Formats: sequence, structure tokens, C-alpha cells
Amino acid sequence: MIRRLGLALGLAATPFAASAAGEVTEFVLENGMQVVVIEDHRSPAVTHMVWYRAGAADELAGQTGVAHFLEHLMFKATDDLASGEFSRIVEENGGSDNAFTSWDYTAYHQRVSADRLGLMMMMEADRMRGLILSDDEVATERQVILEERSQRTDTSPGALFNEQINAAVYLNHPYRRPVIGWRHEMEALSLQDARSWYETHYHPNNAILIVAGDATPEEVRALAEQYYGPIPANPDIVASESRIRETEPPHIANRRVIYEDARVANPYVSITYMAPERNTGDQEDAAALTLLAEILGGSSFTSVLPRELQLEDERSLFVGAYYSGINLDQSTFALINMPLPGTSLEQAEADLREEVAEFLVEGIDPVQFERIRFQIEAARIYEEDDAAALARSYGTALTSGLTVADVQAWPDVLAATTIEDVMAMAHTILDQDVTVTGYLMQPAPTTAPANPEISQ
Amino acid sequence: MIARTRFAPLLAALLAGIGFVAPAQAQVEIQSVTSAGGIEAWLVEDTSIPFVAIDLWFAGGASIDDPETRGAVYLMTALLEEGAGDRNATEFAETLEGLAASFSQDIYRDEVVISIQMLSQNRDEVVALIRDALVAPRFDADAVERVRGQVLSGIEADLVDPDAIAGATFNALAYGEHPYAFPVEGSLDSIAALTRDDLMAAHRAALVQDRVSVGVSGDMTPEELGPLLDALLGDLPVSSDRPMPGAVDVALDAGVTVVDFPTPQSSVIFGHTGIAREDPDFFPAFVLDQVLGGSGYRSRLMTQVREERGLTYGISTWLGLGRVAPMMQGAFSSSNTLVAEAVGVVQDQWAEMAAGGLTEAELEAVQRYLTGSYFLRFDGNAQIAGILAAMQSDSMPIDYINTRNDRVMAVTLEDVQRVAARLVDPEALHFVVVGQPEGLPASN
Repeated sequence: MIRRLGLALGLAATPFAASAAGEVTEFVLENGMQVVVIEDHRSPAVTHMVWYRAGAADELAGQTGVAHFLEHLMFKATDDLASGEFSRIVEENGGSDNAFTSWDYTAYHQRVSADRLGLMMMMEADRMRGLILSDDEVATERQVILEERSQRTDTSPGALFNEQINAAVYLNHPYRRPVIGWRHEMEALSLQDARSWYETHYHPNNAILIVAGDATPEEVRALAEQYYGPIPANPDIVASESRIRETEPPHIANRRVIYEDARVANPYVSITYMAPERNTGDQEDAAALTLLAEILGGSSFTSVLPRELQLEDERSLFVGAYYSGINLDQSTFALINMPLPGTSLEQAEADLREEVAEFLVEGIDPVQFERIRFQIEAARIYEEDDAAALARSYGTALTSGLTVADVQAWPDVLAATTIEDVMAMAHTILDQDVTVTGYLMQPAPTTAPANPEISQ
Repeated sequence: MIARTRFAPLLAALLAGIGFVAPAQAQVEIQSVTSAGGIEAWLVEDTSIPFVAIDLWFAGGASIDDPETRGAVYLMTALLEEGAGDRNATEFAETLEGLAASFSQDIYRDEVVISIQMLSQNRDEVVALIRDALVAPRFDADAVERVRGQVLSGIEADLVDPDAIAGATFNALAYGEHPYAFPVEGSLDSIAALTRDDLMAAHRAALVQDRVSVGVSGDMTPEELGPLLDALLGDLPVSSDRPMPGAVDVALDAGVTVVDFPTPQSSVIFGHTGIAREDPDFFPAFVLDQVLGGSGYRSRLMTQVREERGLTYGISTWLGLGRVAPMMQGAFSSSNTLVAEAVGVVQDQWAEMAAGGLTEAELEAVQRYLTGSYFLRFDGNAQIAGILAAMQSDSMPIDYINTRNDRVMAVTLEDVQRVAARLVDPEALHFVVVGQPEGLPASN
């Protein structure tokens, strides 16, 4: 049931990141396209992914949502294929395909029989440079992304709240923008905006090919050189300069975000702290924070906050701690507390702050720490079962400034992290005076039902 | 927009060269294992990763709840991990986490599903622990109250969730007083009234040996599996003291039900009676549904409602294979200003399918898709264990995987035409719309 609540909030528990499962091989094509092969020969299937180092945080001001909009438009016509033909061919070959966009990346993927890998590369290479956009299709697809925003965000008070929190947490960095875009800017996205995004970012030296499944590195190299190899690199893309973004100034003011919506069933409070992300060759702080989130909120029964507030004091319905180190730029550490009916959000906030203060004094139970370390070891085994998920782990890491070596070192970095390391980071992060505190709640009973400002 | 394709020479050559060669197929070798105690399981042995996944599907699920105790199976199942044998909730979790095993529970209308993953190195300890959860859950008072509160909060969330309201409304309209008419979670009142005795009774009725289907995949031999089955399940009662739910007459007419709810985008569920898996026409219906609105596919509805008109982010249909009431259903969300047009397009597509069935090109394309993609689902121990349990739960033969694609390929245009006329009925299609749709009057 706890899991259900976690999902309802859109906050999946922090997973352990991928380790060196299967055989992983990496190489670079002459045009600069990076290639990663994750072998899993248990069944004759492959996942083929192309990731672009371009996401919502790379968008130009005034064009929020263009990265995701272009992702949709990539399924339209190219100079060789009619609109929709890409997915139709994948289907006729017994495969499935889709794509997704985040702040730091846009990725396209197909899952097919291993003997169709070349065909997938041929078509993906075709749309890397051959996209053709038409006014009619841009207009219709813009309506689709607006419907997507309605479905994912505007009908969900929790999603609207998260969007507002994010915009308050980041004062200047583009992580403050929603990936799907602000509605008023989405409505104004033009063919030219999409075209210009495509021309800037969709080049082999800005892309990563990941193949996971029943393929050898030799096979992948031969096919990749055949299909992606002929596409010229774009000299305008210089790795060290291409992703320089607005950065955060010192945070000197506490911020409180209060979002009232009549559709809120279970009010909750969140506290968000700024936190470092994983950096190449420098993952120790992020490892400590990953363990800290696990210790504070990873288990509904045995981690610190649920144990105190759900089980012992019986004041909370759900308590959680969230951290993800996989970001190109600065990350956050967040706590939430959903009180039982009858407890105010003010009290829930006080409970959370009190438990955190107590934890900083009392420290970590070594027995709990040992259990978590064993689970980290076990995760190395379990995650080998899902090559597609491993492919995704590598893709997010490599588009977030990490290397294959960083991904492979991560379980060892976690394993080397001590209780003292975790407590040191806990003090660094949780003792910050300046945070963003959010209340998601119903409007007071006397007021009219909330009408979210973002209509639709 | 269906322009003729201009293939580049290279692309054209490769596509033409395919001719059609069916994609490579996985070999899935299933062994049937029966324990000394008489419990059967299907096993796919794969020693490449040192862990095993086990899925237990207990037929009955929420639909065996008594009318007076709706939600009892749901609350009972949620409490299985909240203390068992000589361990309370915290001690149980500490032990499970210390073994790095996973134990999860899902409650559906027709099944309680238990999924287990455990390392090879500590298998016996995990089996003993989960055996306690299945056979000897404690239902301690503090745990019952805590989880009751969680379930109540979930129900309250559903009461203000347009998708959940649409589903609940559709089921209430379709199934009258049959158990299928009620949410599996029960209601605020029914959950509040449940006693520990109700939970004990639900446990006695739902988790029994002769209603369980067991799927196992991973690092496990048949010789090891037999004793494991007896250790895990051998102490459960053999049979249930509650019957499975009886038949139901679906009471739906053509029309539109509007549930007024303040939200910018309406949630829509639509459907009418469907077709049973045992029906000789099931495969033609399955093929037809995939082309009409099957998910993950460029279906007619996705093309017409989303790609051509931009009326939704996604729309799909499915054949609901409820144990006693098969349905043909679909769902989408669309802005209040656009939803009337979207409903009209669905009605038109329904009528077109009923009258015309599929084209030859559509049939060929969907057969390639369904047969080629079938084996892709057998990817990993967790997936395979679930499929094996589900197949048995649906009374499918053990060689089904090897015959399934032949059955898809055997479907002819005439079969689809016949099934389209019989199954797809624009005169029976009912829509439930939750929102504030413009220009879409309720018809009843």
C-alpha cells in the first residue's frame, strides 16, 4: 500500500544504479558518435537506443517544451520515409518503439528481434539528419503535446505541485522549467523553433548509441559504421562548450510554496535541499546521499522516518526521502511527510524537522547499514535480469556527464561508503538553513473549488 | 497524410529484401513440476543469473469478497507483509531486507498475485519467511489500523481522480450487483467496518492450494522446485470455502454517461460485451482489436484520434478477459472542448470496423507484428514467471507458446469479417465521460 502511495505521488523510490552486469563494451565512431554495447544472449532480442545530449535544460528562453515537441515530430516524415512509416516498419518487423525526453537528454528506442538491428540503425540514422516537417503536422502534433500536458500535469494536483516546487528550487538554472513546457509557451512553438532545435542538436557527435541484448560488439560496430558512420560530425558541437547553462546563485532566502487544489485527497508537506550530483571520477558525495535517502526513507518499515512517524508515533500516512545523483548539473535532496487525517501540515512539517534533527544527533544504526549494503550487492545480481533497464541506466549516466567507467565503479563507490561518510553528508545537506518548503493542500472549506491557473 | 513512401535506394533494398522472413524466435522450454504434496508449477530453468523469480496467482481475487465485507481480500493481502509467524511487521521487513529478497502483492478483480524474487544463496530462509506470510499472517491490531488508514487514503484519492471515477462508474453501470461492479479496494464504509475476523475469513477463502497457479523462472532445477513448493504452499488449506463468482449479464446500452467533475480534461472509458478466450473466434477478435485500438500499435484509433486530429495524447482498446464477463473496452482523455469530437470519431471507427472488418494489408501487417513481437515479452526471469503463472490461471495448455503464433497466422479476412459483425457493435457502445465536456449531452 505504501508503494501505491509512492507511485501516486510520482516519486519512485531511489533505485540503486546499474553496475557492471553482463559484458559492456564502448567505442567511438570516427564521426564522434559514442557506442555502448551491453551483452545479454539469453534470448535473441535487442534494445536499440539513440540518446542525444539535448534536453529541456538546453532549450532557448521562451521555447520551453521544444525538446519534447521535437521528440514527437521525429515520428513524422523524413526524406526517405513517410510520416508514421518509421513505427509502422518497426511493427511489421515485430518490434515496439518509443521515445522520451528529460532535462538532460532525449532518447529514441526500439526493441526488436536481434536480426532486425541493422534495419533499426538504418531508420534511426535516416531521421538523425533527414527529418521533414510540415505546417499541418506541426499544428496537429502541438495539440497532441498540449493534451499530453493536460493528462500528465494539469489533471494531477501532485504534478502541478512538483512543477511549482521545481520552479522555486532553481532560481536561475533551467531545471526550473517543466520538461513538457509551460502551456503558454507550448502554444506558441513553431515549425521553425522545432527545426532550429533539430539542426542544433541532432548530429552523431552529440549522440550515444546503446545496444543491449543479443549482439556482439563486433556486430554492432560493423552495423554502426555502415549506418551511422557516413553521417558527418557537426564541428559547431564542442563537448566542453555545448552545455554551458545558467547557474545557481547562492540561495539566501527560504522559500515556501503553498499550492491549494480542490482535487487534493491526501495533503502533504515537502522540504527540498540543494545537493551535489554525481560527477565523473567524483561520485563519493552522491553515493553518501544515495545511502542517506535509503536510510531515511527507503523502506516503509525499517528506515528512519517511516519507522518513527508511521510505525511508532502513528502520525503519518507516508514519509519519504528522495535523491537522484544522475543530473548534468546540481541536484536536490527532498523529504516528504503525508500526515494522517487530523494532523495539520504545520505539525507535519514540525514532525519532519524534529525527526531530522534527532537523526543528526543519533546517527545510523549499524545493523540497518549492513542490511542496505547487502541489498546493494544483491542489486548487482538482480539488475542483470533486465538488459533494457541497464541500457537506460547507461544512457542517463552518459548524457549526464558520466562515463562508462563511472557507471561501472558506482557499486564499488557505494560499497566503500562508510557510516561516517553518510553522516558527514547528512550534516552538510540537512543542516542547510535555506530550503524550499512546500504544502500541497485543499483550499479552506469556505473558498470556491480551486481552479488551477494553468487551464486545460 | 498517407503519402507514398519514397525509399532511398539503400533503405528500399533492405526493406524489399526482407521479403518476409519472420524474426528470430526465442525458445522457451517449460517443464511441469508436481511436488510430493501434489502442487504443480511450471518452470523455465535458466542458471545464468543466480536468482529465481516465482509468481503465485490465486484465482478468485477481490471478486470472492462477501457483499458485507467488500475490500476484505484487498486489505488482507496488503497485510501479508505486516507481520507473520513469530515476527511483527518490523521484524518481518528486517528479515526480508536482510536477505535481499523481494515479496510483493497485487490484488485484482480475479486474482491475488504474489511475486517473489530471491537469491540462490539464501533461498531456504526466504521460502520459510514467505511461507509464514502466506500461511500464518498475524493481522496485529496496530498493523491492521495502519494499513486500513492507507487503504482509506487510497480510496479517497480515487474519489477525486477522473480516471478512477470513470472506471468505477463504468463497472457499476455494467455489472449491477455482481462483485465486478465494485472497486477491489472496497468503499470507505466497508473498509472502516472490517474486523480481524473478516480478514481471517478472507485469508482462509482466498489463499488455497487448488486455486493457485505457480510460475517459476531462473536458477532452479525441477528437483529443487518440488520441495520448495511444499515448503511454501503445503500448509495452506487445500480448497476454499467460498465459491468463485457466478455469471453476470452485462447491463449496458449504447449511449453516453457524463459524470460532472471539475477538471480541464475529460477521462473517457467506453465498451460493450466482449469475447471469451475459449471462444473459437477469440483469435480473430484479438487480431481485430489490435488493429482497432491495441496499445503500443499504430492502430486505427491512434491514427484517427491522435495523429490526424490531435484530440488526445493516447487512446487504446483491449479485450477484457474477466473470468465471468468478457468485455471489449477502451479509454482515452481529451480536453473538455475536444472530447465530443473524439467520441464521434470513436463511434465512426466502431461502425466502420463492424461493417468492413480489416483490409488485407492491415491483416498482414498486424500478423507480422503480433507474431514477431510475441517472444520479446519473454525477457527476464521476473517476466517469464508471471507469464507462466498467468497461462495456467487462464487454463492454457503448456504447449500454448509454441502454437500461439500459428493461431494468429491462421486468422483469415473472412474470420475477421465474421467476428467484426458479431462482436463490434456501434449500437451497443457505451461511453462514460468524467469531466465537463462541451457539446456532449448525456443520453441517459
